This record gives sequence, structure tokens and C-alpha cells, in this order.
Amino acid sequence: MSIKVGVLGLQGDIREHVEILKKLGIEAVVVKLPEHLEKVDALIIPGGESTTIWKLMKITRMNEALKEKIEKGFPVYGTCAGMIVLSSGVENYPEQETLKVIDIKVRRNAFGRQVESFEADLNIKGVSDGLFRGIFIRAPLIVDYGENVEILCEYEENPVMARQGNVLVSSFHPELTEDTRVHELFLKMI
Amino acid sequence: MEDKGTWVVKKGFAEMFKNGVIMDVTTAEQARIAEEAGAVAVMALERVPADIRKQGGVARMASIAKIKEIMNAVSIPVMAKCRIGHIAEAKILEAIGVDFIDESEVLTPADERFHINKHEFKVPFVCGARDLGEALRRIAEGAAMIRTKGEAGTGNVVEAVRHMRQVMDEIRRVKNMLDDELVTYAKEIGAPVELVKMVKELGRLPVVNFAAGGVATPADAALMMMLGADGVFVGSGIFKSKEPVKMARAIVQAVLHYDDPEMLAKISEDIGQPMEGSEIKDLEIRLQERGW
Repeated sequence: MSIKVGVLGLQGDIREHVEILKKLGIEAVVVKLPEHLEKVDALIIPGGESTTIWKLMKITRMNEALKEKIEKGFPVYGTCAGMIVLSSGVENYPEQETLKVIDIKVRRNAFGRQVESFEADLNIKGVSDGLFRGIFIRAPLIVDYGENVEILCEYEENPVMARQGNVLVSSFHPELTEDTRVHELFLKMI
Repeated sequence: MEDKGTWVVKKGFAEMFKNGVIMDVTTAEQARIAEEAGAVAVMALERVPADIRKQGGVARMASIAKIKEIMNAVSIPVMAKCRIGHIAEAKILEAIGVDFIDESEVLTPADERFHINKHEFKVPFVCGARDLGEALRRIAEGAAMIRTKGEAGTGNVVEAVRHMRQVMDEIRRVKNMLDDELVTYAKEIGAPVELVKMVKELGRLPVVNFAAGGVATPADAALMMMLGADGVFVGSGIFKSKEPVKMARAIVQAVLHYDDPEMLAKISEDIGQPMEGSEIKDLEIRLQERGW
């Protein structure tokens, strides 16, 4: 049976993830409600505004349903805002709620405001055939992490991509490139 | 090895706003209400469009103190408006670190012939458009995001609908054109042929396309999403309504659930009194006619 990958469809660059999955020949399903989670084998939380995505998750209790599934081994990948949502907390906005399914603490807008947003070439563990173009947009950084977390990529000695079991996160946006390698890495986790 | 302010980074940032609501705010308190309601960004203003319209005179960029106050109040992105063609206002907004600039017809134009060359900036710009030609001219100048002009400050959605339908209709026509026809069509609508070709390939604008100008209720926001908007700007519609907290929250949810009538009904149930609206034909100034 072929796999279906969900993209959390509340807010953000949903279409870009769907398009990259399609390019890989994977069926992508936009997931808006908790019951839709049952139809997919894995989930991507896209970039967007983490505060908005979280509020919309809470209204339908998507946050509770998703946390429960992830704790049972459901593979999930969060880019930028998605990484913040999956993290165990936000250093500079300690009151911000998160799913706490990966043992990392993040700093929001760690590089500054939009004028500081940038692109840079990255060396990612598990991604072969050369460097990967990382697109960082008001991006978060991992400022602290637990011993079970594997850091897959650093930018200027700061961790920007990590994995713990079935949870994958990145500060940057592979979905804004034509490069499918990071998504392929996630598909291997399913 | 890092490149800041590239086209990919500017256009990509706009993609992050999709399915979101951007709200006009005039104080730090309003900005916090907007963030709490789930806005994806706020537009920092001295006065909302409805008041600009009422008070008349020259409308300029908001004061630096006002914009900074709002930037310090919230964690979400902060946008600000500059006058059409006012390069210096835009440079100032970029220098203080505003996340997005709206080169806006709501303010009094500074240049009656030229818009800002937005490629020259690291900060991304959004511009208003009433048709495909205008949208593509703005993109050619470097706009990373387009919105309908609508008719700001009226609480009347009819002009935003007209502009969104117009752009979508022209996109559909381009999609069905033969390649032979594109050069002449580009000339007719006053747009660069390369961008017209790109629209034909993509079947949409090459940047994010929001609705703006007259959205006053959750149903208005849902309507604009049904017509193909990627998200919605709400100007006077939130803080000129009787219960801004409820209205803000309801509009955020309506953008997400625009295709689910039962949800929309529930969302629209307890929102208080929307802002008062005006008839377009009774207006002294039509802001949408500014821009070239």
C-alpha cells in the first residue's frame, strides 16, 4: 500500500509542502481536523506563524490528538513555525504553549526581523550529493537540547535541524526550494 | 556565504502569511489583541483607513514612535505603510526593521508617475492592484506580495470582490491563451511579457495574492477566500466594530473554514455589531484610483 503524508492545513505555506510531496510521487492530504489524522501515515507542520497555528490547533483540540499520536510513534516533520510548535518550549516567549514532543528549546526570530532573513548553503547529516540551500525566514534556532536529540545540521555552530525518534525539525524551509532531499529523508522515517 | 533580502527570502516570507489574517492596529494594546486573536501579522498605523477618510488632509507614513511601540508589543511580524513612490519613507521603515512595507494607496501618493523600485530593498513589499496588468507591473517593480485594493475604510466588500474577480478572470484567460497571443495581451494590459508567461505556466500570480479593502465580517473574509484569495487584510473592520476581540477571532477562523458553511454559521453567531459601512457612489475620494 502506498503511503499518504498529511500537511497540517491550518495556516502557512501548505501548498509548497504538498507540491514537493507530489513531485516525489507521494499522495499529500491537507489535514485540518483531528479526525483527518487517521487517514495519513505521517504529518508535516508547515512554516507560518507559530502563534496562529497553535491557536487554531487548540480550537479543534488538534494539539491533543496529535500529541497522543506522536507519542505512539507517528512520524512528524516541522519546518520553522512547525519546529516551534513541536518543541518543548520557547526561550524568549516562555508563556508560549507547544506540543513538547521533542526535547529542544527554541528561540523565536533568533536571527532578527525580516531584513535579517537569509539563504545559506548547509551540510546536512543524512543528505548526500552536496550542500543544501537553506532558506531562513525570521527563523528560530535550537538553543538547548536533550541527550536523545540528534543534531543533523548546524549553521555557524548553531543547531538548525534535529531529530528525536519519530520527530524531525528544521529552522529552514526545504519546501521553498526545488530540492526534495530533506523531504526524502523524512519519508525514510515512515 | 549567506545572502540576505533575496527574492526567494522576500517572496517566501509572504508565503508564510497564507490562510492568515493581517490586521490594522493603531496602538500596542490593539496589536496584542490582534496577536491574541491569531493574526499572522499586524499593520502599524497612525489612523485606520475609515478615520483617514473622515479626517481628510495628507495621510503620511505613521510616526516612528508609533511603529516602534507596536513592534515592541508583539512577537508576530509588523508591517507599515509608505506613500506610493515615497522612497525615503520606505528607506526609513526598512531602517527601523519593519518586516513588510505596504506601498499603499490609502496614504496620499508622493509620486504621480512612478512607484518605488522595490528590488532595491531587503525588506519585502506588498502593493494593491485592481487587475492583472496592475498586479504584474507591481511585481515587475519588485513587490513580493499583491493584494486587492478594494475600497479601504468603507466596510463595503464590493470593490475587493470586483478586483479579485477581475484578476482571477484574467488569469483564467491567460491560461487558455496560445503562446502566440501573449505578447499582444501583455501590451494590452501594460505588463511585462515574461510575467504574463509565468502566469500562464503557474495558473496563478507568481506571488501571494491577498484580499483587502472593505472586509468587515467573517462572511466577507470567507467570500474573499472562496474567490481565490490566499488570505485577508482587515483594516478598519476589526477596531471599528463594537466588539473587536470577538470580531478578530471570528475572522481568523472564517479564513480557515471558508468552505464549511456550518462552521461559518457558528463562527458568525456571536460577533457583535460590525463597523458601519458606506456606499461607494457616495464617496468623495476613491482611494483605489491611486496607483499607476
